[in-house]
Amino acid sequence: MMQNLTAFRQGTRAWLEDNCPRSMRTPMSEQDRCWGGRKFTFQSADQKLWLQRMAARGWTTPTWPKEYGGGGLSKDEAKVLQEEMAAMTARAPLQSFGIWMIGPAILQFGSEALKQEHLPPIVRGEIRWCQGYSEPNAGSDLAGLQTRAEDRGDHFMVNGQKVWTTYADRADWMFCLVRTGTEANKHSGISLVLFDMETPGVMARPIRLISGSSQFCETFLENVRVEKHQVVGEINNGWTIAKYLLTHEREMIGSIGSAPGEKSLADEAIAAVGLQSGRLADELLRAEVAQWEIDFSSQQLTMERVRAEIATFGVGNTSAMLKYYGTELNIRRHELLIALQGSAALSWREDSEARLWLRSKGNSIEGGTSEVQLNIIAKRILGLG
Amino acid sequence: MQLVLNEDEQMVRKSAAELLADLAGPGVLRKLRDNDNPQGYSAELWQQMIALGWPGVLISEQRGGLGLGHVAMGQISEQVGCALASSPLFATAIVGASALTLAGTEQQKAELLPAVALGKLTLALALDETPRHDPTRIAATAKPSDGVYQLNGFKSFVVDGDIADQLIVAARTSGEPGANHGITLFLVPRKAKGVEVSRTPMVDSRSAADIRFANVTVAADQILGTVDQGFATLDAVLNIANAHLAAELLGIASESFRRTLEYLKDRKQFGVPIGSFQALQHRAAILWTEIELCKSLVIRALRGLDDSPEKAGVLTSMAKAKLCKVAELATNEGIQMHGGIGMTDQFDMGFFLKRARVAQALFGDQRFHLNRFARLSGY
Repeated sequence: MMQNLTAFRQGTRAWLEDNCPRSMRTPMSEQDRCWGGRKFTFQSADQKLWLQRMAARGWTTPTWPKEYGGGGLSKDEAKVLQEEMAAMTARAPLQSFGIWMIGPAILQFGSEALKQEHLPPIVRGEIRWCQGYSEPNAGSDLAGLQTRAEDRGDHFMVNGQKVWTTYADRADWMFCLVRTGTEANKHSGISLVLFDMETPGVMARPIRLISGSSQFCETFLENVRVEKHQVVGEINNGWTIAKYLLTHEREMIGSIGSAPGEKSLADEAIAAVGLQSGRLADELLRAEVAQWEIDFSSQQLTMERVRAEIATFGVGNTSAMLKYYGTELNIRRHELLIALQGSAALSWREDSEARLWLRSKGNSIEGGTSEVQLNIIAKRILGLG
Repeated sequence: MQLVLNEDEQMVRKSAAELLADLAGPGVLRKLRDNDNPQGYSAELWQQMIALGWPGVLISEQRGGLGLGHVAMGQISEQVGCALASSPLFATAIVGASALTLAGTEQQKAELLPAVALGKLTLALALDETPRHDPTRIAATAKPSDGVYQLNGFKSFVVDGDIADQLIVAARTSGEPGANHGITLFLVPRKAKGVEVSRTPMVDSRSAADIRFANVTVAADQILGTVDQGFATLDAVLNIANAHLAAELLGIASESFRRTLEYLKDRKQFGVPIGSFQALQHRAAILWTEIELCKSLVIRALRGLDDSPEKAGVLTSMAKAKLCKVAELATNEGIQMHGGIGMTDQFDMGFFLKRARVAQALFGDQRFHLNRFARLSGY
């Protein structure tokens, strides 16, 4: 086993060395991310080549089964791949909601036909997905959603409105929670359906945020035809899958602010405020920065500990906690960066800290507010009724 | 870096929880307090700890110990926190034994460590002279004369200083208070001539001591480590001490929280359990989150002592700083959420609050370690 891994590591290293273009071995900014999809414009020939080479091996989704285009790697092998890529600062060739969210959900709950249809295009970066969850009147109370899917025999007719749909204007397909049953029982009448964003009746409109950017959309659904076989899992049983996906999303959002290669807050502080006799020149900021660094380490170590515990003992109930704490940390980080950089951070430029600071305010709202996470902890973990 | 316990460590944790459930707990501490027990700990508990080999957990097998390391001992420290167990274990088997191991001569180690492992020798570190911890502000002096040293000065908050057989005393052989250089450690019998010990009962119902040294004669073979270079030993010993105090504080915070959570489920007002109110649910959820984060810092600090002592300063100051803060929160919330009953002496929550503050203050509180963490991190 250990020997196999060593051989795998050597092979992987050699292959990466031969196949990862030089320009794809540099730290990646937000603009450099490859999202794939029909509407995506590659930044460079290298970016496209890197995606194609990795996708051909299934390494855009290393642990997915080979029969659906994935890499078929074990968890240990995938970890080795990740380590080897990190060692040469190789960029992620592709990232998408397909890889993070709907792909794993289809793998776990979808029919064989859905797997065959949807997974390979995700692996190859050909189809970009968006998530249709929140509605104007269903935010924290997500199960109160009102978008209706009316049964028309061989298909559903969907009517309603979604909001906070991340990059709906750039996505090719949507996975969408709709009401197929009655509203009498909130949780049991929901289904998860899939449809092409080019289907007649789908309209996405970007929302301008306080940061000036527009990652999110309002999505209007008017008499949208959805084929019956595009339901993931059973009809009226979508809430189970929705919860599974929300857990995934919490884990994802909870780990923000821990991108490798990112400058530490302490280094930002030293650069902005300077040292005096070896100490940060502002004593009060120094204490706040130090406390933040300790809290951040505690979050990082806890993610590592939780992974190890799940591997050893097979249990874990920490996604709500990590989402809550991780986002609160990121918000604190940006408040401190504003304090450290003073007026320079507050200028209204495309690349100013102000944009990131404003964007961070959404962290404790999206994917379930901090208050919802605390409710989940209190009810599901602590057993407080 | 392994952040989960291995099988040996799990066993130690289980056996610690079992023993302390039988022989410790707030009830035992209450009895010691109410009976004005002169030792401040239960002799029966200490004998059982010895029978299980706990004084030797950190001492190598070659010296008669178990050599299980800091993660294993840390499990005991944490359970000691849960059970508010008072015993010589911390001052003798963690602080004292580490000082001997790190700085002792071959002869000192051969003579003293096996005795510690067998529970036949108890130790106490006489370090601080001012109410707020500062390991460099040492004014006590040891002046050489005729091949021996004359020790003079004052020490306070010496944990187990009133009962230990031997004191490890930090005194200045050169330099001024505030300087790292010039500190030397000495092994001094508590009953030596010129050592005046006065017991100072503390808020946590345990005892510490004020100790005055007046022309105490100390021989050269009582020096622990190198003359003037004692600070390096102190620094390493304090890392160890603080990692275990962090583990103890984790136990205190966890147990305070466990009791508070039970109460939130049991106590009814307005016809419903008070734990059904969202204002309390969110505070409980935040506290649970903070304690989970603390677990990771504590095991990382303990594992660091075993595997990468060069990082021990940063890791232990992180752990102690955060644990001080969270233990403070957990014990304060414990009182507040219990309401009026939390303020009564008859109820046990007060014991956790009191012990937490003493463990926080001992060898540096949250602010001390926040400052140290920043300094060691280069800012």
